[in-house]
Amino acid sequence: MAIQLTHFSAALVFALVASIVFGITHRDTARDMFRYGLYCFVMFVGGVIVAGWAMWLVRR
Amino acid sequence: MANSTSARINPNPAAKSAPASSMLAVLAPAVGWFIPGAGHLIQRRWIRGLLLLVSISSLFVLGLLMQGHIYKANGGDILDILGFVGDLGAGGLYIATLAMNAGQGAIAFAIADYGTKFMIVAGLLNFIAVADAYHIAIGKKQ
Repeated sequence: MAIQLTHFSAALVFALVASIVFGITHRDTARDMFRYGLYCFVMFVGGVIVAGWAMWLVRR
Repeated sequence: MANSTSARINPNPAAKSAPASSMLAVLAPAVGWFIPGAGHLIQRRWIRGLLLLVSISSLFVLGLLMQGHIYKANGGDILDILGFVGDLGAGGLYIATLAMNAGQGAIAFAIADYGTKFMIVAGLLNFIAVADAYHIAIGKKQ
């Protein structure tokens, strides 16, 4: 069994998992863990979108 | 009276818990390395442990299903050795993958390359989880 993910969906999966682990391991309270995990997720996905647009501009 | 009785039975409770704590400081990282999240689970951090188990295992298995490549110790190339170190972090998942002879294909297309990176990152994230389990065991973190 093999699965095919697009580049963007692979980036979303990566961002989700990394954010969960970063949130749990880098903060002490449950509330802080959730907030930091959300922050990491937004930064990962935002970084992907910004990098995508930057590459689009370079390609033009 | 009750206090003096309990003091006679257990004169220094901290002295008894110290060896248990130091044993946990060794056991939690070891178990956490072998099974992602287990270092938290044996310290009764149920939700954290389950989240780590599901997240890290999912990333590793997804990488395998994307036909990612798993690195072995005798890679030779420095990048292969770094890949091996990353993969090794996944502990039992890495050993089981090697035992099943899976993840041996060449990285022939982009998705397989993403899968390879997924497995390496799963191992690296597990190293962070292991360090966190150790910090909980020594009381540095709740």
